[in-house]
Amino acid sequence: MRNLTTDVLVVGGGPAGLSAAAEAAAAGASVIVAESDLHLGGQLVKQSHKFFGSKEEYAGTRGFEIAKVLKDEIAGSGAKVETLLNTTVTGYYPDENVVTAMIGEEEYLRITPKKIIMASGAQERLIPFPNNDLPGVYGAGAVQTLMNVYGVVPGKKVIMIGAGNIGLIVSYQLMQAGVEVAAILEAMPRVGGYWVHAAKIRRLGVPILLRHSIKRALGDRVITGAEIYELDEKFNQAGETETVRCDTICLAVGLTPSSEILWQGGCKMKYVPNLCGHVPFRDKTMRTSNEKIWVAGDVSGIEEASAAMIEGRIAGISAAKSLGRDVKSDSFDKFWKRLKDLRAGEVGEKIRAGVSEVLVDGWE
Amino acid sequence: MYLSHISEEQKVIDVDLISAHPVLDYSHGAKVSFSFDGKSMEGFEGEPIAMALHANGVRVYRSTPEMRRPRGFFCAIGKCSSCFMVVDGVPNVRTCVTPLKKNMKVETQEGRGTIKLDGVA
Repeated sequence: MRNLTTDVLVVGGGPAGLSAAAEAAAAGASVIVAESDLHLGGQLVKQSHKFFGSKEEYAGTRGFEIAKVLKDEIAGSGAKVETLLNTTVTGYYPDENVVTAMIGEEEYLRITPKKIIMASGAQERLIPFPNNDLPGVYGAGAVQTLMNVYGVVPGKKVIMIGAGNIGLIVSYQLMQAGVEVAAILEAMPRVGGYWVHAAKIRRLGVPILLRHSIKRALGDRVITGAEIYELDEKFNQAGETETVRCDTICLAVGLTPSSEILWQGGCKMKYVPNLCGHVPFRDKTMRTSNEKIWVAGDVSGIEEASAAMIEGRIAGISAAKSLGRDVKSDSFDKFWKRLKDLRAGEVGEKIRAGVSEVLVDGWE
Repeated sequence: MYLSHISEEQKVIDVDLISAHPVLDYSHGAKVSFSFDGKSMEGFEGEPIAMALHANGVRVYRSTPEMRRPRGFFCAIGKCSSCFMVVDGVPNVRTCVTPLKKNMKVETQEGRGTIKLDGVA
C-alpha cells in the first residue's frame, strides 16, 4: 500500500477531469488525476465525429482530437499534474479524509487530498428483456471502445436500441467501420437525437423504427437475433412479433451518473430526471455540500463533453482558489457565461430545468 | 450494402479487425502471443485483454456462479463485472481494462473463481 498526498485529487481523466486538472495546476496547485482506463480522454477518445457547440469548446473538431488538445495541456503542466492510469478509485473515508484506489488488480493506494474534484462520469443504462445478459448485448460506449479505440469489429450485424444522439452517432460509426446496422429501435414516437444525425442514418438506408422495442434477445450461448415489436400509445405490444437475425444488440438507452463516491462523501443528493439520476447539489463554483468535494461533467448530471469541459474549468479554478491560490478574477465569470451560452435555447431547456433543481446560492 | 456510401478501400480483414477507416488511424502495440483456455492466440501488447479476445472471436468470458449463464464483454470501462476472467491464475480480473502482456494465461472463469493460497492445501 502506497500513500500519496496532493492539493487536488481529480477522479476521472475525461473532458471534465482534464479541464479541472489543467486549471488547478495553472493556479499552482499540485494535482493527481486518477483514471480507471488505460488512457486519458474519457469518452472523447471514442468520438470520431465533429462536435457542435461553441468555438471555445472546439466545435467543428472531432472528439478524439479534442482529447489530444486536453492531454497536451496536461502535459504542458509538467510536474504539477501526476496522472495515474488504470487506477480505479474505490472509496472515500471522510473521517480520515482518505481516498482509496487500486492500480490494476493488485496494487493499492491511499490518497490524502486537500480537495477532491469528482469527474467520474457516467455509466450506461440497461433495459430489461429476456437474455439481455448474453454475450453480444453491448453498451454503446463499449461498442465505440472496440471499434474506435482498438479497431476491433464489434459484430457483423447490429440492432441499435435507442435513437438518441448516442444511438444515432454510434450507428453511423458502425457503418464507418464496415458493420451492417439492421435497424435502430426507438420506443418513443420521435427521434430523441439531433435531426442532422438521424438524417445521415436515413440517407444510408437504415430504418429508424419509432414506437418499437425489443421483446427478447435470441441465442443460447451468444446472440443470434432479436424479437422486436411495435408499441401502442400505452407502450403495449401492437401487431406481430418480428424476428431479426443479428449477432450484436447495442444498447443506447441513456447514461446515469457514477456518483458512488459522492454518496460516501455525504454530499447532499437529489434524484433529478432531467439530469438522468441522483446528482449532488452544487453552488456556482461546482462545490457540493461537502466542503472538500467539487463536481464536474456527467457525474453532476448527464450533459455532453462541451459543458463537461467548462464545468471542469470552473471546478478546477474554484478548488485552487479555496486553497488560497491566485486565480484570475475574471476567469470564473467568463466560464459561467460560456456555460450559459451553451445551455441557451431549446436544446438546453432540459438541462437548465434540471440544474435549477440542484443549484444553490451558497452553503452557509 | 451500406458500404458503397463510405469508402472504396474500406474492408474488414481477418473477420474482426478494421483495416481501414475513413476517419481514424489505429496505432497498435507490438503483436504478442497469449493463451486462452490453452489455445494460443495473438493480440496487441498493452491493449485490454477483452479486446484481444473479441478480435479472436471469443465471446464467452465466464459463466455465472448460480445460473451458469454465459457472460462476455459489456461495458468496457471496468464497471459492470461482466468480463471477469482468470488471468495468470488470478480470478475476477476486469479484462476490459487490464492490459495484455506477452505469454499471459487467460482462462474462462467458472462461477466465482478460486484463489490459490500459498501453503494451504
